[in-house]
Amino acid sequence: MTNFLQPIGATFLAMLEVTGRIVIFALESLSGMLRRPFYLPAIGRQLVDVGYYSLPVVGLTAIFTGMVLVLQSYTGFTRFSAESAIPNVVVISLTRELGPVLAGLMVAGRVGAAMAAEIGTMRVTEQIDALSTLSTNPLKYLVVPRLVAGLISLPLLVAVADVIGVFGGYVIAVDKLGFNSVSYIKHTVNFLHTIDVVSGLVKAAVFGFIVALMGCYHGYHSRGGAQGVGAATTNAVVSASILILVFNYFLTEAFFSR
Amino acid sequence: MSNAAKIEIAGLNKAFGSKQVLRGVDLTIGKGESVVVIGGSGSGKSVLLKCILGLMRPDSGSIKIDGEESVDLARRERERVRAKFGMLFQGSALFDSLRVWENVAFGLIQGDRMARGAAKDVALRKLGAVGLDGQVSELYPSELSGGMQKRVALARAIAREPEIIFFDEPTTGLDPIMSDVINKLIVKCVRDLGATAVSITHDMVSARHIADRIAMIYEGRIIWNGAAKEIDRSGNGHVDQFLHGRAEGPIAMPVRPL
Repeated sequence: MTNFLQPIGATFLAMLEVTGRIVIFALESLSGMLRRPFYLPAIGRQLVDVGYYSLPVVGLTAIFTGMVLVLQSYTGFTRFSAESAIPNVVVISLTRELGPVLAGLMVAGRVGAAMAAEIGTMRVTEQIDALSTLSTNPLKYLVVPRLVAGLISLPLLVAVADVIGVFGGYVIAVDKLGFNSVSYIKHTVNFLHTIDVVSGLVKAAVFGFIVALMGCYHGYHSRGGAQGVGAATTNAVVSASILILVFNYFLTEAFFSR
Repeated sequence: MSNAAKIEIAGLNKAFGSKQVLRGVDLTIGKGESVVVIGGSGSGKSVLLKCILGLMRPDSGSIKIDGEESVDLARRERERVRAKFGMLFQGSALFDSLRVWENVAFGLIQGDRMARGAAKDVALRKLGAVGLDGQVSELYPSELSGGMQKRVALARAIAREPEIIFFDEPTTGLDPIMSDVINKLIVKCVRDLGATAVSITHDMVSARHIADRIAMIYEGRIIWNGAAKEIDRSGNGHVDQFLHGRAEGPIAMPVRPL
């Protein structure tokens, strides 16, 4: 019996320990965000890297998601002659859920992995120790700019993704399914509330922070050469993806369950 | 050896899990002295350096720098003490995203808040001192050979004219001629700056070249400590075995037949 319980307990304790470490890491980085020195050029570079260069990936994801949403809801809704609800369904599911979640997952794969690999390589080649010996706090120089970039650029990316996604749906609805262009736009706009967009953007900021935090944390604590960096990269993407889905549920509950 | 102690280490212990790496290291290093710590792989040399630098926290013991206890310093205090150090890392640990001169000037720009132009002048002068010209300064570290990287790293370590310089295996991975170049540069730089130097190595040629005094670390303790000239008459079996590179002796490595 103890043989069976022992690994469960050990795993649970290890999980608590890692959670604690991540929280401490996050708090230290957050306090670093508020205190000088600020590395503005580094923040600018990260914004370009995380935000601008993610545009194609996120845009493509959004446009095809919008397109497929229209097709799928059309097959369902025609059975009840409820085609007029389609624009509404598309815009709400994009702004509230699919925009932030899919953009978060894509950025986790693209940016979170790159952060873990870059910082992990710096760790195993002692570049992080070298920073410390050159009077530079590695948390402030490496981690803070990435967290700031994640926090700022994901909401912007999601705002763009929302527009592109709705546009994708519009093209398919009007061109392929014969919707009236004016009434499609009218239905899209009329049923959209501020909270739909705002909740999505808040989610995006949280997801951006999670992606950068996981990338930095796993990279910063990677050990033992190429294999360690590889493991850090995998862990960064997997943990960021899972945390995005978990936090998505709780944020949705916080916003809409009243 | 006559003047005041720059670094005083007493009873230093450090364990990783169940593996005790340092078991009560005592070592005093005088101002302006060049001490080389020799010892086999895994004897705790690197851990000792990292403890002195404050990159690792010892489990117990005391490290005094200029008479000031430096274990368990607050972050701000630690940064002030650390500004006295320069370090040449084993794998050079150059920042691969920065040009050569930016690497050398890094501590001046980030740590001492020097203007970029002035810092570049200093960097070029330091690069000149290690035999690298202006052309090299615009390259990236990955475009250089191992020996050149080592020299850039040396220039970076001395750029802020530190009071104490650490050399972590300065000649590992270099050919004999380049090793001699690096050894001569180390001696010259340390003499020109009047700095205190602590090196760790298992290269006896290098140790004899650099050292005023040699200390041997074995199983986490300093087992011999004396003037470099006297090492051939140490009367210590461990030291003799290390000196002559013999597999047989008190430092035994058990091997079983194939």
